Amino acid sequence: MTATVTTPRVGSRNSGIRRGEAAAGWVFVLPVILILGLFLLIPVLMALWVSFSDWSGRGSPLSGTVNFVGLENYAAVTTGGGLAERDFGISLRNIAWYVLLVVPLQTALSLFLAVLVNRAVLRGRGFFRTAFYFPSVTSSVAITILWLFLFSQTGVVNAVLAWIGISGPNWFQEPSGIVHNALAGVGITTGPEALTQTDVLGVSLWEWLAGPSVALSAFILMAVFTTSGTFMLLFIAALQNVGVELGEASMMDGANGWQRFWHITLPQLRPTIFTVVTLGLIGGWQVFDQIYTGTEGGPAKTTVTPAYLSYEAAFTRQEWGEGSAIAFLLFLIIIFFTLIQRWALRERGVSKRRAARYEVKGGRS
Amino acid sequence: MTRSKMRAAFGAGAILTAGALALTGCGGGSFDDGGGAASDGELTSSDDAISVLIASSGEAEATAVEDAVAAWSAESGVEASVEIASDLNQQLAQGFAAGSPPDLFYLSPDALAGYADNGSLRAYGDELSNAGDFYAPLVENFTYEDEFYCAPKDFSTLALIINADLWAAAGLTEDDVPTTWEELSTVSQTLTTDGVTGLAFGPEVQRLGAFMAQAGGGLVTDGAATANSPENVEALEYVKTNLEGGNFAYATDIGAGWGGEAFGLGSAAMVIEGNWIEGAMRNDYPDVNYLVAQLPEGPGGPGTLQFTNCWGMAADSPNQQAALELVEYLTASEQQLAFSEAFGIMPSLETTADAWREANPDLAAFIDGAEYAQFLPTQADAAAVITDFNAQLESLAESDPTTILDSVQGNLEAVVG
Repeated sequence: MTATVTTPRVGSRNSGIRRGEAAAGWVFVLPVILILGLFLLIPVLMALWVSFSDWSGRGSPLSGTVNFVGLENYAAVTTGGGLAERDFGISLRNIAWYVLLVVPLQTALSLFLAVLVNRAVLRGRGFFRTAFYFPSVTSSVAITILWLFLFSQTGVVNAVLAWIGISGPNWFQEPSGIVHNALAGVGITTGPEALTQTDVLGVSLWEWLAGPSVALSAFILMAVFTTSGTFMLLFIAALQNVGVELGEASMMDGANGWQRFWHITLPQLRPTIFTVVTLGLIGGWQVFDQIYTGTEGGPAKTTVTPAYLSYEAAFTRQEWGEGSAIAFLLFLIIIFFTLIQRWALRERGVSKRRAARYEVKGGRS
Repeated sequence: MTRSKMRAAFGAGAILTAGALALTGCGGGSFDDGGGAASDGELTSSDDAISVLIASSGEAEATAVEDAVAAWSAESGVEASVEIASDLNQQLAQGFAAGSPPDLFYLSPDALAGYADNGSLRAYGDELSNAGDFYAPLVENFTYEDEFYCAPKDFSTLALIINADLWAAAGLTEDDVPTTWEELSTVSQTLTTDGVTGLAFGPEVQRLGAFMAQAGGGLVTDGAATANSPENVEALEYVKTNLEGGNFAYATDIGAGWGGEAFGLGSAAMVIEGNWIEGAMRNDYPDVNYLVAQLPEGPGGPGTLQFTNCWGMAADSPNQQAALELVEYLTASEQQLAFSEAFGIMPSLETTADAWREANPDLAAFIDGAEYAQFLPTQADAAAVITDFNAQLESLAESDPTTILDSVQGNLEAVVG
């Protein structure tokens, strides 16, 4: 073919057959823009406004009687020196431990389960996949209630512990931190003054290091149990996209199973690991349902999470500004940690030292 | 994104936002005007139907209130409906924010100050025809900044509930019912056996506060915070000593959700609970025999706590006149006695006390406590202080009462002012 193909000129919207396409495009996306704007963007902006205002919960937050108070609400929970600050500090302490334990545990477990059920030789793969996935599709409220039963004083967990001679704690009523408990086990019951006398957000460093309370630990186990199934599914999908060629090539080079997994499979799962860790981080920081239906923050506030505190401040204490401020602080924290882990999991070039290992020795002479 | 596309996107967003602001702004403004005028002047009056929002303790209460409201509706000709809240605080907050709250609703004393401050409530107490018949402490409980806001719908007090069978089995008689702290310690020790704790109660100031009252203390005295008074310290020391001794226990520490459950299951021989326990025992543990005694006196004399709710009225209600009449109907003597029979509350009218005592001779201890019952502070944000206090009380056995009370004092001073 020698005739020149006429391509439509890029950027000329007002001529030819493509005329009016842009307008049609806008018409088609308009419903989504409207819905997202009305139910997502505007509420978020209004909440942002509430966090800077003295809205008391009556009438519209945009009416003339509501005043701009600057960072007052943010100051109340971060530097106020009162209960609001201490509660926020406690909630951050709790959730930090929660995320610190839940995210690695659930990522590792879901990857492990995925590798397990991905093996072609496994009999009843379908059954195991369903079994592991099942908790993820069950309502978190139902699982919470199940957990309250399992971990009650006379529950199944303690019954099993009793078989091996351990007298289990009254899980959801036990406010002591597990790090403190472990330290108490070796005879340390009070911290050094440097830790007990220094406060961050109204909570002493010694209390920050208390670890999740026994009650929160039960929630941590629950989170790992319920979310591993979902993430397992993501890992299975990713594993099935990993080509066999590299693995076979490394087999020829004499790599054993573990080396193949660690150096061949795992690097190829990096995008999925990023997804799983990101989703885990976001979900972890935002824990609410379990606390609302389970312990309402008790015992001794050790299961108060920022999301629950935000709800409680707004709906129970009528401190709407404080509640929204907590929500936006939580938002900033989540963004911050997502960026951190994006940076940590970025693609890196192979370092010279490492590259040297793969160079053919004595190749040049 | 090209520059023009970006501009278009921003434009669309801005129009949307502006539109929504205009809509919500207008709505809010008009509600505020209406509400502000109504709360100072005359009660509003219209043909609008009355909506009632309640938090029900169960089927019995829901049915009783529904029936009563229906009866009033038939009598007065004003339409009225009852809604059972699944989360009263949240539903109320939504109603107030949207400018369409229920006309009448259950309101707890600790929520009163917050809603009164933002103008959501209509203070109608003094306009009730039976305003003078309520117990004075109940009226005080719902008085905020010298205004009697709402009619107490009923009340409860704490008393000592004793398992009659365990009592007899331990060789105790009616004469041994404890009247002092020493006797309480002694009988609870006698009743404590393997698997049974002498006395149990919830780990909260809503129970331990009774000991503080018996010691002559209290959280707020004459408008000043007195949380770390020597009387309160003494009360917590007393409880702590007995907790350590094993003859007292928190209900949650002996595997029960609350005192009534520990009592019903037989893991506690005595509990400190309010008159709601009567319904729970009847429904869940009908085989347990029990008797009710007044709480023992402490070094400061007799002391107990009272709990109550009132019928809150919305400032935005378009038909407050009819709502007021409904409140008068619901708090009238006969109606409160009917409620009492249905779900075990005590009438808030002093004039009805004798009738109630006659109908419930076994529960007289509850109403006897009304004379000297204290109530927890109701200032705005006091609820957060109470929550924090409760969190600390959970580990009372391992903590120093003075340290706990000092921190509560600090928090309370910030609230009481």
